Amino acid sequence: MPEKNNSFIIQSSPHLREKDSVPKIMFSVIISLLPAAFASVYFFRFRAALLLFSCLAASLITEALFLWLRKRPLRYLLDGSAAITGILLAMTLPPSLPLEFAIIGAVVAIGLGKQAFGGLGHNIFNPALVGRAFLQTAFPVAMTTWIPPAMIKVNTATFATPLGNLKFQDAISQGTLTSLEELFWGNVGGCLGETSALALMLGALYLLLRRSIDWRIPVGIILSLSLFTGIFWLTNPGKYASPLFHVLAGSLLIGALFMATDMVTSPISPLGAWIYALGIGLVIGLIRLFGGYAEGVMYSILFMNAFVPLLNKYTRPRILGEERKT
Amino acid sequence: MRTKTFPHGIHPDESKQLTADKPLETMPPPEKVFIPLLQHFGSPAEPLVNKGDEVSLGQKIGEGKTLFSASVHSSVSGKVLAVDHYLHPGGNMVPAVTIANDGADRSLFPEKETKDPISLSPEEIREKVKEAGIVGLGGAAFPTSVKLTPPKDKPIDTIIINGCECEPILTADYRLMLEFPEDILKGAEIICKATGANRLLVGIEDNKRSAFEALRKCAQNTRAEIVLLKTKYPQGAEKNLISALLQREVPRGGLPFDVGVMVQNVGTTKAVWEAVSQGIPLYQRAITVSGPGIKEPKNLLVRLGTSFKEAVDFCGGLKGGSNLLVMGGPMMGLSQWSLEVPVVKATSGILAWDAPSPASEYACISCSRCVGHCPMRLVPTQLMKCVKYENLTLAENWGILDCVECGCCQYVCPSKIPLVHWIRWGKNEVMSLKRKKSA
Repeated sequence: MPEKNNSFIIQSSPHLREKDSVPKIMFSVIISLLPAAFASVYFFRFRAALLLFSCLAASLITEALFLWLRKRPLRYLLDGSAAITGILLAMTLPPSLPLEFAIIGAVVAIGLGKQAFGGLGHNIFNPALVGRAFLQTAFPVAMTTWIPPAMIKVNTATFATPLGNLKFQDAISQGTLTSLEELFWGNVGGCLGETSALALMLGALYLLLRRSIDWRIPVGIILSLSLFTGIFWLTNPGKYASPLFHVLAGSLLIGALFMATDMVTSPISPLGAWIYALGIGLVIGLIRLFGGYAEGVMYSILFMNAFVPLLNKYTRPRILGEERKT
Repeated sequence: MRTKTFPHGIHPDESKQLTADKPLETMPPPEKVFIPLLQHFGSPAEPLVNKGDEVSLGQKIGEGKTLFSASVHSSVSGKVLAVDHYLHPGGNMVPAVTIANDGADRSLFPEKETKDPISLSPEEIREKVKEAGIVGLGGAAFPTSVKLTPPKDKPIDTIIINGCECEPILTADYRLMLEFPEDILKGAEIICKATGANRLLVGIEDNKRSAFEALRKCAQNTRAEIVLLKTKYPQGAEKNLISALLQREVPRGGLPFDVGVMVQNVGTTKAVWEAVSQGIPLYQRAITVSGPGIKEPKNLLVRLGTSFKEAVDFCGGLKGGSNLLVMGGPMMGLSQWSLEVPVVKATSGILAWDAPSPASEYACISCSRCVGHCPMRLVPTQLMKCVKYENLTLAENWGILDCVECGCCQYVCPSKIPLVHWIRWGKNEVMSLKRKKSA
């Protein structure tokens, strides 16, 4: 028997690997969220910065605590996923939300939304949205109280989001509907990350170019929401807002670009991704037009998240050489 | 020119420039050769020589007696030192013949040159190929004479000569195409003759344009069509190559003859020509000794049974710090723990480099990159989970046996999960379960 040469390692093929990794993907998502985060600080000043910081810190501390309790290596804290949840959660909160509520939201997002399922890769629902859904239920008033961006001087104590305005204040017939231009630049009321469509698209463009997110998902959501709202707009433009308004207003863009595209909680097959995305867009349209809320992005994504395991099961790609189903 | 290709796959760094411009160099035969009697898919050949026997170059020393087996020939002339077991690059000990080279290269061939090889009957061709111990030289080492005998009810209409060499670093097939285009085309004609196929295609990736030009020049006024394919891994995987060239899909669990196709590697084709025209058995082959860990990377013609150590030393030796030694390409090759293994018929290359320590593994984040790159259109992460949680029935339903272990999924996996390792294990488990059921 030849002698073993101890300097050689034995490993199973392939012996080459691409450089991209989970932490790199996660940090690319963080980078892509920066334009929107800066925009929120620009529009809501110190409040936005405080909320972002509290959510980020609370998420990281909760993640560390759970990793320690579950006896998992603390290096998982550095994979960047908990930081994303923190930032994303903050982006979905109203700027006037008390900080302690935001911290509770972050603890729920990481604890219940992610670690309770087994940590990164095992959760069914988008953790940031689980945190937000909890806050929406626990503190409904605080979660629907809006302040105007720093540039707008108003005398009224209450301030409505463009979608709230549309739904509850009959903005179209009053002629007070927010202009598309304002929606695009972001000089409107709303959650931190709902404001500037431009900042969100810039960030997402980077992720798309880097192939960190599946283009089918935002395209599918925007397509189905536009189709759905477009039909109603065409039949009665005096009552319904245009598809473009629906796409630019509220949390549609941050939801479609950053929440629904979360790898862990979206389908793995291309067909699954299409069904998932079209479903989200449709449910958003239903809630916005006929539901009790002005906005429906959060619940639509959580709703479709629940279908992902089923979609994965029933949309297995056709294997090369497999007979086509007739 | 528009190049043909298949969906999915990857674009790893090719690193072929290390040896692409280096002509095939004939390595002097070593002092001693270690010739395994199992160098092919199937059962070992039975030894025909005993310790102390004098053998000549090309003498048959092992006879493949079962259907799935191949004969083995001496690669030097000299004296048999031992007929026992020796370490195979596959990682196990196999029956082997050790021969001391007397340096005379006394050979029995060419016995008599076949005047007009193309006029031979299919049976005569198969007999000559079988006698020469030829197996698929692309790496799978399937006995060629068996492959040349497809079932009667599966007529072959097209022969594809596989000149893709899609594995990074390897350039031996490229050199063969560049230096022996005529032999390859003649061999291809012989294969057409043996199978009754009318159409002859040669597929070459577009990073090997000179080989493409060389073959095209030779192929003028013949029926051979030389086709340029996109440089993409695994372009040379049989089923993907067929889909790229002919838009035919080999059915699941089937073989190329199910769609009237046979694929042969360029090296095999050249060996077929030499065997049929001059009676030369398979006693040497072209290999690439390369990689960042080899001092002077080269393309070599080596005698089978030459130890890796001698081949590597002939190329200047290993650079310090090289901790990975691979037989074959970097994507599908087998890592070796010893340099004392012999070059076998399946050795397409000997590569060495300094492999980085394994990256930390994360849980699957369902990024779906493995799904988007799998050339068989499987869901590797799902297969991995099925195996990990021991649901073999589900693994089989999701096509684990369709996996060709090309490694694209693991190459792109950002969680650094050893997907191929899990799947390979699962395939073994599923197969042994099947055997138990049928027994």
